[in-house]
Amino acid sequence: MKVFVKRDSGFQEFEVPRHPSQTVLDVVTYIQRSLDPTLAYRYACRVGMCGSCAMTVNGVPRWTCRTHVDRVVRNDALEVGPLKNLPVIRDLVTDMREFFDKWARAKGQFTGTRTKQDDFAQVPPQSPGRKLVDSNIECIGCGVCYAACDVVAWNPDYLGPAALNRAWTLVKDERDSLKIERLRAVAGDAGCHSCHTHMSCTERCPKHLSPTAGIAGLKRETAKALLKGEL
Amino acid sequence: MNIQTALWIAQRASAAVLALCVAVHLAMIIYAVQGGLTAAEILERTRGNAGWLAFYSVFVLAATIHAPIGLRSVLAEWLGWRGRSRDVVLALFALLVAWMGMRAALGVFA
Repeated sequence: MKVFVKRDSGFQEFEVPRHPSQTVLDVVTYIQRSLDPTLAYRYACRVGMCGSCAMTVNGVPRWTCRTHVDRVVRNDALEVGPLKNLPVIRDLVTDMREFFDKWARAKGQFTGTRTKQDDFAQVPPQSPGRKLVDSNIECIGCGVCYAACDVVAWNPDYLGPAALNRAWTLVKDERDSLKIERLRAVAGDAGCHSCHTHMSCTERCPKHLSPTAGIAGLKRETAKALLKGEL
Repeated sequence: MNIQTALWIAQRASAAVLALCVAVHLAMIIYAVQGGLTAAEILERTRGNAGWLAFYSVFVLAATIHAPIGLRSVLAEWLGWRGRSRDVVLALFALLVAWMGMRAALGVFA
């Protein structure tokens, strides 16, 4: 198959042999090990846990380690590029700093009230707050949603689906003590109120999570807090 | 108070009002056209009718709130126009919508 890989100088064409169950990451690794050792790309676990291998494959952001070539190849060709909406360091490697800085800006740090002298907090799996974020907490931070999001492209300050999803899981965490501060951090033009509910993040999330649902939850929670005079 | 959250609530609430107002407005247009009412006959029904004036005043108010808030995002995302100058222009736009709308509503009432 022909593989067009985005390099700093433009797209470069490679001929890569097809194999059964071959992933896009296998293809990129083959190119780097056998055809051009100068190709820069990033991966770690290879099994869909670490969230470091996301790239743009045929125009769509995907986790490459769990994307089979059979599913995405078109006319025996693949086009592989870096994630959109992030600065490129080299070739397929993006700078994720801004992506993760936005998690911090959305107050994505858990802030509990218990000390090590206290017993473990008991959070019943069936409690309403826990059930609301049951899937959202599975985010692996791969950046696919951020690359898929139109609002991020239009407004560089927008916190993005992943950071807002993280804030949502903490807002619904009954052990967390920073709820109002967090709602303040995610309200407004850079936060949840800019989401147009296009649902590209939900469409592309490789873990099949719905950041859109979390962002809608943040809109409800910020509205409630405002009406109570807390925001 | 977080102003952007307040704007979001205002836009959602005005959208709910507009959904109802637009439906009634369209139904009335279709009814008036089907019945073959003339302009004079329509004016006969609306002149001095406080009910229609109240309805269209609510309609104008909802549009006055809803449209500028929506344009606020459109201007930011499409033209990159943010900040105070945009908001001042949008406040003037809101006044224009309110003035034109109420002028029309009062025009068929008085």
